[in-house]
Amino acid sequence: MRERSNALRRDARTGSCPWPDTLRARAGVGLKPAHYRHILESRPDVGFFEVHAENYMGEGGPPHRYLSEIRSHYALSLHGVGLSIGAARPLDREHLRRLAVLVRRYQPALVSEHLAWSSHGTAFLNDLLPVPYTTETLGLVCEHIDQVQETLGRQLLLENPSTYVAFAESDWSETDFIAEVAQRCGCALLLDVNNAYVSCTNQGWDPWRYLDAFPLTAVRQIHLAGHATDADAAERPLLIDSHDREICDTVWGLYARVIGDLGPIPTLIEWDQCLPAWERLHGQALRAEGLMNDCAAVGERVRAAAG
Amino acid sequence: MIAQPSGRGSVRPLAERQRAFVAALLDPRRSMPAECIDPSGHADMRRFAVYRNNVASSLIEALEVAYPVVRRLVGEEYFRAVAGLHALQDPPRSPIMLHYGEGFPEFLDHFEPLSGHPYLGDVARIERAWIEAYHAAEAEPLHREVLASIPAHRMADLRFTLHPSMRLVRSAFPALTIWHANRLEQSPAPIDLDSGAQAALIVRPAAEVEVRLVPPDGARFLRALARGESLAAAAAAASESFDLTQHLTALLESGLITGARLRRRRPTCSPKKSLSCR
Repeated sequence: MRERSNALRRDARTGSCPWPDTLRARAGVGLKPAHYRHILESRPDVGFFEVHAENYMGEGGPPHRYLSEIRSHYALSLHGVGLSIGAARPLDREHLRRLAVLVRRYQPALVSEHLAWSSHGTAFLNDLLPVPYTTETLGLVCEHIDQVQETLGRQLLLENPSTYVAFAESDWSETDFIAEVAQRCGCALLLDVNNAYVSCTNQGWDPWRYLDAFPLTAVRQIHLAGHATDADAAERPLLIDSHDREICDTVWGLYARVIGDLGPIPTLIEWDQCLPAWERLHGQALRAEGLMNDCAAVGERVRAAAG
Repeated sequence: MIAQPSGRGSVRPLAERQRAFVAALLDPRRSMPAECIDPSGHADMRRFAVYRNNVASSLIEALEVAYPVVRRLVGEEYFRAVAGLHALQDPPRSPIMLHYGEGFPEFLDHFEPLSGHPYLGDVARIERAWIEAYHAAEAEPLHREVLASIPAHRMADLRFTLHPSMRLVRSAFPALTIWHANRLEQSPAPIDLDSGAQAALIVRPAAEVEVRLVPPDGARFLRALARGESLAAAAAAASESFDLTQHLTALLESGLITGARLRRRRPTCSPKKSLSCR
């Protein structure tokens, strides 16, 4: 699985991979039903589309019809929001089986999930809830990721969370915790730069140092999104990971820092609430590609100067 | 570092913490879990409230998407309040949010403040059936040649497989008329609530969901077929003067029948003779 993933990455860097079941180092967009027809009629030049796995777990109907059609023209990334990897209970085997069925059917280039939990007992809370960074959580998360990777027969990407509270008993830093999970499980990482900024602001961490400490070598995909700004009871800024607007300038700056290090890499624009017209959404993807191109050009100049 | 075993038998403080977290999420009267802190190490309710709000508003939004006609009937603000109450009482049981809201029609039936609008639950049932039909499995309609190959004297014994998307909603009220009139943005014409019972057929035989009014005998016929009764028994259940040919033709033409089989009277005596095009 490691080798396959590295091969994909090499292809991504040269940008020469013609098969739609691999992701090139381009910007992609979260696929929304409101854009199905436009995408099929106008075939915009987009690196890939990403869908939430759970939205395609109905048995049939228009969602599958559109996704199949779009998949025949574009690369796909599958993003799970319901496995509840951080829950203190066994994974839902039936749900994992459904995910495996989707992966077989749509052959996504990447499959990702969250460092979070959302299920307890029989209830599903439909939100990504935070975990304390303890050794107990580490063992549990690793056990669950191993199970997912074994069932799917492929590498999973784990996404860093956006958080609003911390836990008194956490004895790992978030970045060390994530690095340890990636190392133990051999999973890859999805770095959500907006989540990093939201969490750093909310937890009083420096986002630049957070990125310095983040295990970037394991990152295979980036997420970018907009957030809302609120304040906590002590009037400190409290950022809400709302996915309802343009990406803010600071997050673009943090993204530029990451791709300055990693080079161009598949980058998703997430916009889930207050969905804009296609052009505005696509504009964010174009901006990400512009930054990737700038980065690549700088790299070329540096290499030319050095050589 | 060595991970603690998280299997059975060991103490699981994380499980206990998550139990308390969920209890506080779903009950606004509870205080937040003590171990949740802000950067200065204090409890901050506004921070925990983000999770509470995320959970409540995402579930309310899911119900808004699933029940647009009920929302229009009771008004946006009122709907959000009712949906919020339902969400706290009956949170999703599955991570597949497409399926969430199954219990909402019954919740409306028993929601005392809306008892003056007893048709709301049935309108919600039509919306629920619509969503289920939208996401239901695909199935090929039965070819007429299959039926043509059945000897005439065996037709009465035929049992059908109906399209997996098919739903039948029977209401003591003109629920379908209400649903229809309130689907679009224009203001609906007045509806006589005493105009009698209705049965609505909701099905997606091909690309789009279709919603149709079914006469009472047609509804009884469909229900009997869906229960697996034979053609003769279903026709008898419909009415004495039931026009079987006309109804069967209509069912075939609309793609509602996806399989047919003949069962011998004593199926243990020989292999089951089966006819199916699925």
